[in-house]
Amino acid sequence: MYSDDLLRNILKNVRTIAMVGASPKWVRPSNFAMKYLQGKGYRVIPVNPGHAGKEILGETVYASLGDIPERFEMVDIFRTSDAAGPIVDEAIGISETKGISVIWMQLGVINEDAGKRAEAAGLNVIMDRCPKIEYARLFGELGWAGINTGIISSKRPKLRA
Amino acid sequence: MTGNKKSPPEAGFETRAIHAGAHPDPATGARNTPIFQTTSYVFDDADHAADLFNLQTFGFIYSRLTNPTVAVLEERLANLEGGRAAVCAASGHAAQFLTFFTLLGPGDEFVASRNLYGGSITQFGISFEKLGWKCHFVDPTDPENFAAAITPKTKAIFLEVLANPGGIVVDLEAVAAIAKDAGIPLIVDNTMATPYLCRPFEWGADIIVHSTTKFLGGHGNSLGGAVIESGKFDWGQNDKFPSMTEPEPAYHGLTFYETFGDFGFTMKARAVALRDFGPALSPTNAFNTITGIETLPLRMDRHVANAQDVASFLETHPAVDWVSYAGLKSSPCHDLARKYLPKGAGSVFTIGLKGGYDAGVKLVEGVEMISHLANIGDTRSLILHPASTTHRQLSEEQRVAAGAGPEVVRLSIGLETADDIKNDLDQGLGKI
Repeated sequence: MYSDDLLRNILKNVRTIAMVGASPKWVRPSNFAMKYLQGKGYRVIPVNPGHAGKEILGETVYASLGDIPERFEMVDIFRTSDAAGPIVDEAIGISETKGISVIWMQLGVINEDAGKRAEAAGLNVIMDRCPKIEYARLFGELGWAGINTGIISSKRPKLRA
Repeated sequence: MTGNKKSPPEAGFETRAIHAGAHPDPATGARNTPIFQTTSYVFDDADHAADLFNLQTFGFIYSRLTNPTVAVLEERLANLEGGRAAVCAASGHAAQFLTFFTLLGPGDEFVASRNLYGGSITQFGISFEKLGWKCHFVDPTDPENFAAAITPKTKAIFLEVLANPGGIVVDLEAVAAIAKDAGIPLIVDNTMATPYLCRPFEWGADIIVHSTTKFLGGHGNSLGGAVIESGKFDWGQNDKFPSMTEPEPAYHGLTFYETFGDFGFTMKARAVALRDFGPALSPTNAFNTITGIETLPLRMDRHVANAQDVASFLETHPAVDWVSYAGLKSSPCHDLARKYLPKGAGSVFTIGLKGGYDAGVKLVEGVEMISHLANIGDTRSLILHPASTTHRQLSEEQRVAAGAGPEVVRLSIGLETADDIKNDLDQGLGKI
């Protein structure tokens, strides 16, 4: 279990996200998440070697994390649990030059060994969660769809991170 | 940032009954949940509208799909049951329709307890059959009866944990194990118990349905229903649930389980079944139900205490042949009730009158304060003769099997002074 404070802090501090496995097809979950996060003010840079050089939702696609010219604070992994290992290792290797502070593995993506390596390198690691769903849960939108957010508060909700 | 993984302890049931899902209004700070009496909601721009229609973002389009007042009730029910998500409907019957439409296709089957609310027996046995959905009814007192009725076409098991009207308690944990072995969800109607008395997800159920009209709303003023999913059922474990695991033609090929994960069933029930058939809950009814739920723990404690008192009184009454209340030691379901309903066996039960059908009619007409009507779970005490009303459409054999034989009278014990309920029944029984 990740504390709500940890997730809130990540979503407040991160501005640019490299999304590994972003799909150009709009009905794919990665495309849903990318579009949602863009709508919340994040810059999302797609990484997908099969589509390198093309555009997804107005952003140039890169073949690997190392190919991205800009800095980005978070890596969001839409790949299988096994495939996440080498991606995490690449992120650790360039974390200082790119300013990476968070490794986020999507719902169903769980790689404990890679997670330990990233934590040892000083990175925050979230596994088996979706940043779109967590953003919606923590900033008031998820309950609109009848989903149990588990949040009890008498404070007026803030709808943006 | 440090990896603080410690979560605060979950709030208690009473706290969640008041607060879960309800936050001050972001725009005005209104503390109580406003009644959003609106059909529709403006879009920021065309792209925002497209995102909403494509389910790419969360928000409101039209109150047939989502409404902010109804959403508070949905989250509260999901929270109180310990589930992941919920979708409300105009009635309990509509909630059942949304559930089965999302699960079944023509030619599919499900197995249901034969001890159900009479309207559910008719819905499943007759109306669903017109849609090509086949229901096999079984005696729920032996869990193995559910296993024996499962075929390769069976997509679900359905039961009422505390059955209406018979006072039967079903061995939930045993039936949940049978459903798990078969790779199909166990659907529990938890209307009679409410999540205050029993939480079926804790015993292995996968989907819960409610008529919120009853104890949840609690005041006999608003119809409503709900479907709640646990979020734990693996829809991809077999090929039985293509509506969850295959691209949905009504949404440009979206795959609901992959896209929405542990709340995919709720999204599908809302975005397809509720959208296309339209039995939406009104915001005013949602508001009344939310207000009712705030006092659910207090009311259920008193319902149960009054029911126990009245049932004990009737058990020794000379005009009464038997009392079927799982809270009584004489009930064959007493041990199951202690396991699954430790705070009490609800407040709806049946009695058998020595004078048969005619005595039943005389009693329901002879009471003065207790209301003769077809509902349960009101602040008011209610009385009904099922054989001449709710179970009238069934055959004699079905009526007896469902615990609604000719001599049977159903009581829903309310929140009045217990002595007044007993006195009214006593004078009514005196007229037989």
